[in-house]
Amino acid sequence: MARISLASVTKRFETGDSVVTALDDVSLAVQDREIVTLVGASGCGKSTLLNLIAGFETPTAGQVLVDDHPVEGPGPDRGVVFQQTALFPWLSVEDNIAFGLSLRANRAKADPQQVVEHLLQKTGLSAFRNRHPAELSGGMRQRAAIASVLAINPSTLLMDEPFGALDSLTRSIMQDFLLEIWEEQRKTIVLVTHDIDEAIYLADKTVVMTAHPGRIREVIEVNLQRPRRYDMRSESPYIALRDHVTRIVRTEAIKDSGLSAVN
Amino acid sequence: MERQTTSAGAQLSRVGNRKYPRRRVSIVLQYAIFPAAILLLWQVCSEIGFVRRNVFPPPSAVLAVWYDLVTGSTDAAARYSGTWLDHAWASTWRVFAGFGWGVALGIFVGLLIGLSRAMERVFDPTIQVLRNIPVTAWVPLSLVFFGIGNAPAIFLIGLGAFFPAAINSTHGVRQIDITLYKVARMMGANERELLARVILPAALPSILTGARLAMGIAWVLVVVAEILAVRSGLGYLLNDAYLFYRNDVVIAAMLSIGLLGFLSDRLVVVVRDFLLTWNKRETFGGEN
Repeated sequence: MARISLASVTKRFETGDSVVTALDDVSLAVQDREIVTLVGASGCGKSTLLNLIAGFETPTAGQVLVDDHPVEGPGPDRGVVFQQTALFPWLSVEDNIAFGLSLRANRAKADPQQVVEHLLQKTGLSAFRNRHPAELSGGMRQRAAIASVLAINPSTLLMDEPFGALDSLTRSIMQDFLLEIWEEQRKTIVLVTHDIDEAIYLADKTVVMTAHPGRIREVIEVNLQRPRRYDMRSESPYIALRDHVTRIVRTEAIKDSGLSAVN
Repeated sequence: MERQTTSAGAQLSRVGNRKYPRRRVSIVLQYAIFPAAILLLWQVCSEIGFVRRNVFPPPSAVLAVWYDLVTGSTDAAARYSGTWLDHAWASTWRVFAGFGWGVALGIFVGLLIGLSRAMERVFDPTIQVLRNIPVTAWVPLSLVFFGIGNAPAIFLIGLGAFFPAAINSTHGVRQIDITLYKVARMMGANERELLARVILPAALPSILTGARLAMGIAWVLVVVAEILAVRSGLGYLLNDAYLFYRNDVVIAAMLSIGLLGFLSDRLVVVVRDFLLTWNKRETFGGEN
């Protein structure tokens, strides 16, 4: 049984007179405890797909099921990590992490103090617990944001280009941080990215999407050994996968932009 | 970034002070030089008879009159001797009474408009039209309705305070980062929690900007109201002294209004800084 399944999902946006088809007849299954990455050029509807699973959008046609129930709105079973810093600027790091558990809906879930303490340690933010988001670096901010979502212990993590705003060094460190958490907690993760390396390195399954209209072009099984290591990136199985994905994404992007292919 | 980030210039000077005590003297001088120059010029102009003393009395005379206004000990202010505290208190409490109801109602209505497109359609067009009527144009009607006394003054001040409070509260809600709202909803926040723990704190900087603007307007309107609608307060003192050709008292009243207005503004700023320790931003301060 798939944890998340999309059956012939179409999503159209009406803006004034024009109608944009963000997703066209998309079907996808995400298994329990699997990491699925969505990759593709901008405008391919990958963020829309994530928003549908999160419940921020409703499909124009088709069905989005989570644990066999149609999605009816956002909920704490699906934690969303956004690209922009999703921390409350008026709360300290500690209070940001505790925010979810302090809500009426999650109060009975766990002892907030214990959870916060654990997550501060896990994310290496213990020394910065009293700082406000504006006083943190980009990487620290995103770790705090991930911690604040993990605090409500969602079974699924939906991540919308979570490391897109970070420099490449910080980004690769954050990828290992995410994998470490996954090895420990084995959550189901759906992650949107435009970084092909990131898409392969993290994934059990990489979904390559094409734009206008947004469709799934290919689903690629990433059979690399776990736990992943950074130096796998220079080994041939990884390189073969990356070349394959790059070729599709590039071809589609060139086709879409109307440019004649350079090579 | 540092916690108490102020301006680049201020940080430089903090380092400078420890090493060079003369630096502090020069900073005091920077603050003092402009007002001192004005006072000096004013005094000299009066002394050499450039303007007649009873038309434009020198700062020394104003100070003497002000002293008597407050203490009642020298009779320099004649019929106004010792009345300052009563007038200052009358103006101050009118300002705060008007400010209180105007800002409270303004925040309430402003939030309603910000939170609901329906409420926006109901209230916003009316507010946009009414706010273009200068509050002073309400003076005749408010006198007809409320008569001479505190009521029209507090009505006018509150009316003036209402608009900036309402408009800035609406703006505060509208500029909230939608991501924060989504995060809270995703975590399962209910309507009350969204309002109290996301929308209000996020809108607070803008709401307090509205309150600060309202305080400025309140001091303008208290003078207008006291000239026209009520027989006490610094505005009344100013107008009455004008009718009796006591320009020294007029100027003392003006400076009193400036001073109390300044202190009221500081009060709002202190409250704001207390509530918004997180909202400090790095600002350009120039070289020191």
